[in-house]
Amino acid sequence: MSKKGLDDLGQGLGRREVLECMVWAGTGVLWTVSGGVPHSVGMIGDALAAEPKGFTFLQMSDSHIGFDKAANPDALGTLREAIAIVKAMPVKPSFIIHTGDITHLSKPAQFDNADKVFSETGVQIHYVPGEHDIIDEENGKAYLERYGKGTKGAGWYSFDDHGVHFIGLVNVVDLKGGGLGNLGAAQLAWLEADLKEKSSSTPIVVFAHIPLQVLYREWGWGTEDGTQALALLKRFGSVTVLNGHIHQLAQKVEGNMTFHTALSTAFPQPAPGTAPAPGPKLVPADKLRTFLGLSSITMVQGNKPLAIVDKTLAG
Amino acid sequence: MRILISKFRSAAARFAVSRALVVAILLGPVVGAMLAFGAVAAQDATNVVTIDNFTFTPPELTVAVGTTVKWVNHDDIPHLVVNKDKAFRSKALDTDDSFSHTFASAGTFDYFCALHPHMVGKVIVK
Repeated sequence: MSKKGLDDLGQGLGRREVLECMVWAGTGVLWTVSGGVPHSVGMIGDALAAEPKGFTFLQMSDSHIGFDKAANPDALGTLREAIAIVKAMPVKPSFIIHTGDITHLSKPAQFDNADKVFSETGVQIHYVPGEHDIIDEENGKAYLERYGKGTKGAGWYSFDDHGVHFIGLVNVVDLKGGGLGNLGAAQLAWLEADLKEKSSSTPIVVFAHIPLQVLYREWGWGTEDGTQALALLKRFGSVTVLNGHIHQLAQKVEGNMTFHTALSTAFPQPAPGTAPAPGPKLVPADKLRTFLGLSSITMVQGNKPLAIVDKTLAG
Repeated sequence: MRILISKFRSAAARFAVSRALVVAILLGPVVGAMLAFGAVAAQDATNVVTIDNFTFTPPELTVAVGTTVKWVNHDDIPHLVVNKDKAFRSKALDTDDSFSHTFASAGTFDYFCALHPHMVGKVIVK
């Protein structure tokens, strides 16, 4: 088990790479898995050149369109910057997974603005809701009307692409006082049925807004019944869990499971326990973009490695 | 001598009365302001729950039946106040938004933030 964050940029690199790191400060690091332990193998440019044949998709998260407070007065502007990076990628991702909090307050204009900017990528986007996406007057109806087609319950679903089974889970509805994120019995029963026919060699990617594992209970950073979902996934040889919500990078490997949380494109949040509360973290305006970003994920067919490239907007 | 004393007494009494009047006139606005402040303070301190740093303050509030309690969000992240037994539920409260609920019956009302359920509080109505 190991944890990697932004602070680890450059770890494990030689002198030359470290120097490149300094030149490319904040662009991102390619993570690859070998023997169950993630390690950085190079910067984003090298990574994309080294793995041209991999099937890639992109994770974006926590756009918070409508947020206009001191931590970032223009969340739509920083999303536009992120989308410009996507449009300029030498290898277009097959699709984008958005791990929730598309909007800040679930308002129609906020969803409209997000949709308009995301549509510029020209690639399909698979969403799951964050808690900020279901606070319209009718508790999530606005989200489901836009993104819920073909989904079950509060918006969960699965699909297959390039031999990988993708599962989008919803852990932000029907939360219980004093508790954490919640999947609920109906969704867990659906997940069990969804996985039943899959062979254990099928690579699995699970994505949801709040981390499925408990990262920091005091701030509610985890899912109460997440371990039940993970138990259903234990028999699979390769499981990747992608989450958002905490607006910072965290990586953890347990057996065949890799956990990854993405950066927000709107504002950073403090590391667990380093502030009185998990609210938006104020950073100097000229440093903000080094705290925002997106992740590109490459699945290498027939070979277990999973490569995750985190890129910040400052790159 | 007796007359003198009585004159002195009456003079003292007049002085005392007029001094009391002066004091009353001088203090009148102050006392009034204090009473008004007391009324505001009573509402702020006893019937208002503030939300700062993902925390309800006070976390436990005891009020009489018929009292209106007001929640005010001071965070720059929205919160949503909801009773465990669905007796009340606010809209999403953005920064400086507030929500009020009048407690018509006695009981203990546990509530939490529907967005950040680790935030919990309690209103006891007697």
